[in-house]
Amino acid sequence: MKVGRGGARRPLTRALPLAPSLVLLLLFLAGPIAYCAYIAFTDLQLTGQAHSSFVGFDNFTAAFKDDAFLNAVWLTLVFTVLSSLIGQNTLGLALAALMQRASKTVRTVTGAVVICAWVLPEVVAGFLLYAFFRREGTLNAILDWLHLPTQNWLFTLPILAVSFANVWRGTAFSMLVYSAALGEIPKEITEAAEMDGAGGWRRMWHITLPMIRRSIGTNLMLNTLQTLSVFGLIWVMTRGGPGNRSQTLPLFMYEQAFQKSMIGYGTAVALLLLVVGSLFSLVYMRLLRSEA
Amino acid sequence: MRPTAPVLLSATLLIAATGLTACGSGSGDDPDTVRISFKQSTDNQIRVMDKYLASMKTQFEKDHPGKKVKLVPIKAPDSEYYTKLQQMLRSPKTAPDLVYEDTFLINSDITSGYLKPLDPYLAKWPDWNQFIDTAKNAAKAQDGKTYGVPDGTDTRGLWYDKGIFAKAGIKTPWQPKTWDDVLDTARTIKKKVPSVTPLNVYTGKPGGEQSAMQGFEMLLYGTGSDTADPLYDKASNKWITAGKPFKDALNFVKTVYGEKLGPDVSDALDPNIGTRVRGELLPESKLAINLDGSWLPQDWLKGSGHEWPEWSQKLGLAHMPTQNGQAPGKVSMSGGWTWSIPSKASNPDLAFEFIKTMQTKANAQKWYIANSGIAVRKDVAADPAYVKAQPGIKFFTDLVASTHYRPAYPAYPKVSTAIQEAMESVTTGDSSVEKAASTYDEQLKTATDGKVITK
Repeated sequence: MKVGRGGARRPLTRALPLAPSLVLLLLFLAGPIAYCAYIAFTDLQLTGQAHSSFVGFDNFTAAFKDDAFLNAVWLTLVFTVLSSLIGQNTLGLALAALMQRASKTVRTVTGAVVICAWVLPEVVAGFLLYAFFRREGTLNAILDWLHLPTQNWLFTLPILAVSFANVWRGTAFSMLVYSAALGEIPKEITEAAEMDGAGGWRRMWHITLPMIRRSIGTNLMLNTLQTLSVFGLIWVMTRGGPGNRSQTLPLFMYEQAFQKSMIGYGTAVALLLLVVGSLFSLVYMRLLRSEA
Repeated sequence: MRPTAPVLLSATLLIAATGLTACGSGSGDDPDTVRISFKQSTDNQIRVMDKYLASMKTQFEKDHPGKKVKLVPIKAPDSEYYTKLQQMLRSPKTAPDLVYEDTFLINSDITSGYLKPLDPYLAKWPDWNQFIDTAKNAAKAQDGKTYGVPDGTDTRGLWYDKGIFAKAGIKTPWQPKTWDDVLDTARTIKKKVPSVTPLNVYTGKPGGEQSAMQGFEMLLYGTGSDTADPLYDKASNKWITAGKPFKDALNFVKTVYGEKLGPDVSDALDPNIGTRVRGELLPESKLAINLDGSWLPQDWLKGSGHEWPEWSQKLGLAHMPTQNGQAPGKVSMSGGWTWSIPSKASNPDLAFEFIKTMQTKANAQKWYIANSGIAVRKDVAADPAYVKAQPGIKFFTDLVASTHYRPAYPAYPKVSTAIQEAMESVTTGDSSVEKAASTYDEQLKTATDGKVITK
């Protein structure tokens, strides 16, 4: 996109209509973020303290010495890679590719089902999947019917269960993005490749993927950022437990800030989460730029 | 500019403007309305407090013409109730006029400056002399001022199902003398009546303070003599690190869950386990022994949703024994809740008037009976109508003599969380008792700014 070239020569008054939204953004977005950044450097508590004071980088150094924090970072990465990079992204692409070929009825039905999962509020989706995975849940009922061994999935494999839940919930978004991208590929190119004797996989690898690279980048970035901040889903399904075995960074942050009352420390963790998010974004943006 | 842009812009402005006005009009400004926040049960059928407060509201509004009471229930499990309340107390716009505070957190909220000292009111209130001294101290801060009026206290013990005991061939009335007696009975039940859960001990973070107090501390305070506090050393004003008593208590928890004498671990770590025990496991005879508080019958009273008047024939009561049966032979912990006035309340005077309405002798008695509370007013405790109102009241009131109070200093809530984490890690089998104890020591140091002592 080539926007804004030569914008400097335009009169400043042209930016005037933007001013109100700029003010609102500063007030409601930048303001709270700046305040959070400030709190992260204090020892502010929810209760048990008359005055808070400035403690410099103490909260951050404490975090990196805290086993529970490192555990949360690790689980967040596992959760993001499993559910966003691998799950939502690949499954979304696969679904979109299959739907290109499918009949209109199949397309409508599949689309409706997948999008239903996406439209459901996070908490409702959480309860549904809790009911699916719990000991007396649907999954075990099916396994039992097939004479396969059952177990309490939320207890034995909590991080896998919540990752699956996130895939279930978030795949629709990827599917929509990729459906749009695949629809943009001119038929002639695919047909020409077919004439030249390229099979399905080769066409996918050499024609389709390079042509939708931009969409892949955008989709990965949006998916990752969304997955990094998943809270309600995990909270409803496991509350980060058992032990700390599904406690990702947002849950860890909530526990520190609101259950242990350490607002300062919790906010510092939130800032670190922001850093993780921007690192991911940087990587994707680089990928996008080098090939554009 | 595309034609949609101005529309979008004005819509944004409109939303922002409504948001701002909503913030501006604090709902606590009305001088004739008392706003009261309390904890509403997460079980929709339990409405004991709602009903009691509704009747107090009617009475108060009748006695004070022109004044209004607005009830602001907070529906949440214990651990989340405190958080929501503290957030409300931070700002004058959201602070209610009267709040229901757990004594375990009250010192923490006092230190934060969230609550108002009540001494000027109490001095002019004759009924205050009716309160027993331990109860008066429950909401007294380190500055010597009193910040809350207690509406009862509680004690704890073992509830057991006589039917299951009969099936297992265990004689009732049952009174274990040591921890081993409790465990052995549970093992017998597991063998003879495999379809039930032998013993429930609350554990882990999801249960919050219920795990620490009904679970761990009922064990810990039974490890030594009855005078020394195993958590806090009063002589040096320091918190005690995890020594042998602490590890013994953890070992008990580990045994219960390791030998599968307790509920399935995933049920035990469900935040709603307390509600399930009261509403389902005990009434349906699925649980043999339950280490729990004196207030259980409030869920089974008439009109409570889970009516179970036969409970007193079906269930027996036993003291929780000390570890090896050492004097005084039994353990109980006590706490309770108080009514407090936030420092940012807009109508503190009217709020205290409401406390007075709730705490006339007749109303206090009505409340103790409704919520299965243990009386802290001398006049009620002496009233035969109170003692006879419910089976079990005598048993639990007698425990007051040998009960313990938590070291409710500002660091306590964090210490409690550290205890819950230690319990949880041995319950799930994630760590050994030794490892859990050393993790507790580290957390204790952080939680108390290094004010720890090894004993």
